[in-house]
Amino acid sequence: MSGCARCCKHGLMKFALSVGKLVRGTLIKDNLDDDLELSVVCHRPEGLEQLEAQTNFSKKELQVLYRGFKNECPSGAVNEETFKQIYSQFFPHGDASTYAHYLFNSFDSSQNGSIKFEDFVTALSILLRGTTTEKLEWTFNLYDINRDGYINKEEMTNIVKAIYDMMGRFTYPALKTDTPKQHVDAFFQKMDKNRDGVVTLDEFILSCQEDENIMRSLQLFENVI
Amino acid sequence: MAAGVATWLPFARAAAVGWLPLAKKTMPKPPVDKKSRNDEILFVNVSGLRFQTWKNTLDRYPDTLLGSSEKEFFFNEDTQEYFFDRDPEMFRHILNFYRTGKLHYPRQECIQAFDEELAFYGIVPDIIGDCCMEEYRDRKKENQERLAEDTEAEMATDTPLPPDSTHRERLWRAFENPHTSTMALVFYYVTGFFIAVSVIANVVETVPCRPLKGSKKDLPCGEKYSLAFFCMDTACVLIFTFEYLMRLFAAPSRCKFMRSVMSVIDVVAIMPYYIGLVMPENEDVSGAFVTLRVFRVFRIFKFSRHSQGLRILGYTLKSCASELGFLLFSLTMAIIIFATVMFYAEKGTKGTNFTSIPASFWYTIVTMTTLGYGDMVPNTIAGKIFGSICSLSGVLVIALPVPVIVSNFSRIYHQNQRADKMRAQQKVRLARIRLAKKGTTNAFLQYKEEGGFHDRDSDNALCLKNRSSFEHQHHHLLHCLEKTTNHEFTDELTFSEMCMTESMGYRTSRSTSISSQQGMSTSCCPRRAKRRAIRLANSTVSVSRGSVQELDTLQVHKTSSGHQSRSSLNARTEDLKLNCDDRDFTAAIISIPTPPANTPDESLPPSPAIPGILRNSRTSFYTHETVKISSL
Repeated sequence: MSGCARCCKHGLMKFALSVGKLVRGTLIKDNLDDDLELSVVCHRPEGLEQLEAQTNFSKKELQVLYRGFKNECPSGAVNEETFKQIYSQFFPHGDASTYAHYLFNSFDSSQNGSIKFEDFVTALSILLRGTTTEKLEWTFNLYDINRDGYINKEEMTNIVKAIYDMMGRFTYPALKTDTPKQHVDAFFQKMDKNRDGVVTLDEFILSCQEDENIMRSLQLFENVI
Repeated sequence: MAAGVATWLPFARAAAVGWLPLAKKTMPKPPVDKKSRNDEILFVNVSGLRFQTWKNTLDRYPDTLLGSSEKEFFFNEDTQEYFFDRDPEMFRHILNFYRTGKLHYPRQECIQAFDEELAFYGIVPDIIGDCCMEEYRDRKKENQERLAEDTEAEMATDTPLPPDSTHRERLWRAFENPHTSTMALVFYYVTGFFIAVSVIANVVETVPCRPLKGSKKDLPCGEKYSLAFFCMDTACVLIFTFEYLMRLFAAPSRCKFMRSVMSVIDVVAIMPYYIGLVMPENEDVSGAFVTLRVFRVFRIFKFSRHSQGLRILGYTLKSCASELGFLLFSLTMAIIIFATVMFYAEKGTKGTNFTSIPASFWYTIVTMTTLGYGDMVPNTIAGKIFGSICSLSGVLVIALPVPVIVSNFSRIYHQNQRADKMRAQQKVRLARIRLAKKGTTNAFLQYKEEGGFHDRDSDNALCLKNRSSFEHQHHHLLHCLEKTTNHEFTDELTFSEMCMTESMGYRTSRSTSISSQQGMSTSCCPRRAKRRAIRLANSTVSVSRGSVQELDTLQVHKTSSGHQSRSSLNARTEDLKLNCDDRDFTAAIISIPTPPANTPDESLPPSPAIPGILRNSRTSFYTHETVKISSL
């Protein structure tokens, strides 16, 4: 009963207020400004010591990285659209948006549609300063689009197609329609040890460790930062 | 490339690890970065005001003065800082551009001074952010117009025409700018005078003159002195016709001229006279003819050629057409409403003027525009009430759109200017983005040609141009992608050539191909062919057409200038030793000959050397032309 009375009183107050506003000549709602303040989302990363402990970077390197990151994304997080745009600028010949999408998903560890500085730095730490096993694991996660622990031919075809899209139209030799498929077949030939049509993490790591070229190339990118 | 993206390059390069298991070829070595990667604070002293910033900040825009090595020219060894003898106030904005990526235009500064500073620091004014771009453009345009006016005032006479212009051009110019020559000016004033005469004659001929002797009725002067008026009319029309024909002759585009408003006015002004001449003096038809004479009043619009003000008014009305239309529509609505109401309110009264709703329209219009002739007045009380409401609302309805039209006019005017500026700016921006894109692709392809991928030892180091580490790393990244997919980037030209040669058909004729050429025909992918020859020792050559090698080619490598020579078919493969400035002549057989019966052969049509292949100016040893002679 008291709730009903409160409700009535509330409604009456509101009515009186709106009549007063009408008489005075102001009909604008005042709560528009409140909405504006909520739209700017800010995200701050964890402390410097914590990040230093979690990753393989030194304090100075983290500082340089964060300065660049903060300059590009003052709000502290990158969403997929921005990420796609940034990545596409490195590959002006073709269309990098599909591959950027897969990359984004592999970086976005919490799957919430935005990359924060921690995700950024964690991934970089694995890729640049991690062990070969960690790097291979990361690559496996990149290829495994639906995160079920297996890479099947369809996922691989999507990835390879996305990579070929980045090359653009004008290549030598000219890209044929079955080039990605051939590439995928060659990949499975090499990686799928038990010929069951899917590649598991262990098969993947084993096959890569057998290949000297891959092992050697993994060391190439260490001095990027 | 947007330099802010430079911070993401390490990230993109790191992500290249994802290509490694897929790579068909081995990855190239990354560029060695000799400089230390530690970020340092730079000191910049601008006329005494010291600024400090990170080196990385300045490196974001490598194509400006502060971002490139050009700033080393300003480095002061004693004080270990960069000294610029420029305006320190302006430098603040320049530095903010590096920090935030947006260039702002300070409103209190002179536009020319700002432009000069931008030019000094190598910054393109197009980068000015949207917030300040409008102000910048307005000020710049204002400044330019002021300067243009000053220069125009200096010049007493207009620029003379080029001496080789035709009569037609000169005539057109005389019509458009009467001030250029005395004849044109005379003609201009004569036509103006005749327009005035014609209009006055039209007006005067309807004034009642004293009647003829013996008649009581007043006669309009037109009928009393009909001959005089007729002669005056004929003279005017002759002048107008002559003028129109001359303009038609001189117009650079006759169709466009005939469609223009002024030309239509001219035609409408003189047509009634000719129609009057042609038509017979028939009683029935002359009624219609009389209405035609109304169009003679259009001659007054010919004055708009002589008056700038009329033209501006016409443009205003045209641009405010929607607002005027709204005014008309709302008025119509109100008229219909009130006319209906008044009609039904006054229906009962005897002898009322409100005989029908359309009849009430007249009352409503007269009342709403507050004219109030008084020929129709309501008698009933209801009619009077509604009548007063009608007049009050009339004031409102008419007064409301007028300020809207006025403000709309100024808004539309400024908006048009702004829209054009935005469109032009957008086009420039898109073009710049496209150019930058092309630039990066071209840069990469150029980088490949110059052999940027090979191990740089001491003798070759000088042969390669100096590039920033950012570019090196970016090119390495693209090279990794190439290796992953075992395809290479080319540009549109070579790609389309390749497609063309593939579809060109298979001509065999060995004798024609050798003898007709002077040993000089271009390969379809010269760069690829060059590199093919260079890496002959290590790699197997992949031909563009599947696995079977159908092409037996001889590649003759020559250095620098394009003198031609034949190569013998029996030339042997020699190791290609490529040194700087060495003018070797080597030949290489690239592929295995196949029996002609089974497989089709492809021979390239003789064509002149594509100039793109000749690269004489560079010091690098890759100044080769590739000569490809096909044979069976």
